[in-house]
Amino acid sequence: MVAVGSPIRALKEAGLAALVAAVLGLPLIGFRLVDQAGGEALATRWHDLAYVIVLAFIGRLGLVLAGDRPSRSSAAVKSALTPIVRPVGTYLPWLLILFAVILPALPFATRGVIDSGILILTYVLLGWGLNIVTGLAGLLDLGYVAFLAIGAYTTAILSTRFGLTFWECLPLAPVAASAAGLLLGFPILKLRGDYFAIVTLGFGEIIRIVANNWRSLTNGSQGITNLPRPSFFGLADFTASPAPGHTAFNALFGIAYSPIQRVIFLYYVVLVLALAVNVFTLRIRRLPLGRMWEALREDDVAAAALGIDRRKIKLAAFAIGAAWGGVAGVVFDARQGFVTPESFGFIESAMITAIVVLGGMGSQLGIVLAAVVLVGLPELFREFDTYRMMIFGGAMIAIMRFRPRGLIETRRPTAVLK
Amino acid sequence: MTPVLSIDGLTMRFGGLTAIDSVSFEVRPAAITALIGPNGAGKTTLFNCVTGFYRPTKGSIRLDRGGSQVQLAGLPGHRIARLGVARTFQNIRLFAKMTVLENLLVAQHAELMRASLFSVAGILGLPRYRRAEAKAIETARHWLDRVGLITRANDPADTLPYGDQRRLEIVRAVCTGPRLLCLDEPAAGLNPRESADLAALIRAISAELDLAVLLIEHDMSVVMGVSDHIVVLDYGRKIAEGGPAAIRADKAVIAAYLGEPEDAVA
Repeated sequence: MVAVGSPIRALKEAGLAALVAAVLGLPLIGFRLVDQAGGEALATRWHDLAYVIVLAFIGRLGLVLAGDRPSRSSAAVKSALTPIVRPVGTYLPWLLILFAVILPALPFATRGVIDSGILILTYVLLGWGLNIVTGLAGLLDLGYVAFLAIGAYTTAILSTRFGLTFWECLPLAPVAASAAGLLLGFPILKLRGDYFAIVTLGFGEIIRIVANNWRSLTNGSQGITNLPRPSFFGLADFTASPAPGHTAFNALFGIAYSPIQRVIFLYYVVLVLALAVNVFTLRIRRLPLGRMWEALREDDVAAAALGIDRRKIKLAAFAIGAAWGGVAGVVFDARQGFVTPESFGFIESAMITAIVVLGGMGSQLGIVLAAVVLVGLPELFREFDTYRMMIFGGAMIAIMRFRPRGLIETRRPTAVLK
Repeated sequence: MTPVLSIDGLTMRFGGLTAIDSVSFEVRPAAITALIGPNGAGKTTLFNCVTGFYRPTKGSIRLDRGGSQVQLAGLPGHRIARLGVARTFQNIRLFAKMTVLENLLVAQHAELMRASLFSVAGILGLPRYRRAEAKAIETARHWLDRVGLITRANDPADTLPYGDQRRLEIVRAVCTGPRLLCLDEPAAGLNPRESADLAALIRAISAELDLAVLLIEHDMSVVMGVSDHIVVLDYGRKIAEGGPAAIRADKAVIAAYLGEPEDAVA
């Protein structure tokens, strides 16, 4: 290991990196099409290319000269941190819940912050739903957004055409999403791994395209607008001027009207729904059904040899996971007030999958952390619009580099022998 | 005594290749039957037919369930397992990231699922389910004690040493409450001392539960020491059957393993 860190090797490696940067950068950075009066013309950006090459050279040089020291020191840091991290892991969920509960009362909680909170919680809800399918049962579903779409459209159609309220849709949308999950799941559960993922990817797209084209039902790309907002458990509406026969929320409690009341109420509704889903998942994980999901993920051949009907158990995971997607759809409508097909593109599915995978497959807490990082940070940096995706990508690379098995990689046993 | 498993005229073809050619034999209750033969004789293929991983081309495989006979040929693997045929694999297949205890609890899923009323009683935390789970844990504890893995109960299965993983896979199969236990090369990769221990364990389990065992094994010391009855396959055909002493002296078996003497070929 004498060669490690030797300056000549470092120079060689750095030169090679610079060469790669030059070759790749030439078409990507060097040339650029610009619009001109007489059509398009080719412009060159040699300066930018030079910067990139020099950066690559210096960066690689630094990495090689540092040798493999970083990995050793990071291992040392890890073991030093363990006694601190372990108790944090125990209290962190409760601290997070406490924080979530008092958030609207905190001084910095503007309407925008609470709205972002609802968005993050929606993704947490989606992440926890997908966690059953992907994290526990090990089925890589790349079209999970389809169930969000079905939940959202079911709610939108039922409320605009049949006048059902938020509270009436809340149990109906998951049933619809779950039925769609069964319908899709039934024929494809024989597929494995990559093949399964591809079909679900297609399913996600199909739902979006159907929503875009079935004008008579979904109003096409215009979407369905003016969705009724959730009432205060059907007792009062969040408005300054209630319709005749209705009560205003502020009048019910004898307080002044403020538009933020509706947002705070929705925030708590989503929080309660998310916590309910969490309790459900934590419980079902410890039941035979949950154990069978994990057994399928670990080795489905062995599971079959123990008498587990793989298709039934996978279908159960698919249907339950889809139901939580449907619940998220109801919330989605309540937050936005409108629904259009473009909200349900592949990038949304990718985002939810990223939350589950980066959170640490199967870890409920990991999903919350990943949702905060992947959804919350870009919301926070909304002002730096151009850099949002860069921050998103950076966060992803950082997680993959430093926690390749997800933010929370420890698995808690479902039963312990004392 | 009615045999636990009766295989009759079993044939398995893969395209033009006949892997098993009308093989018939019986597995007796509370006894250990070994299936031996040179490499490629069709042992694992036959195993896969019995346990439902393959659908046999022809023939019948009947399992005795307290007087009534059930035809296994053509049933999917999980149904056969439910009827009481448990198996292990040549290359160990544990639920790697789950704990040792969890592996044994998954094996008892049928009973637990019923007790949890398909999860409803479990979600509500009813005492009915909690009792069933406590009982399942006791069963697991009993078998972990028997194979000396009780101290590792809460460790992930893939952290166990190889020999322990073999034993865990066997008791996991036992935890399903089978009528027939099928072991695919249980002693593969074990050293002589571990093999001897394993043979003793298989004998003890069979005796304790009056359980019929069908096993494939290459290690002759294990086969001869543990088996009550031996079936020998070669090129997909049954060439001999009998007790260990008879098999050891059988000319056809010796020829299959050592090759025929030159004058016999000519």
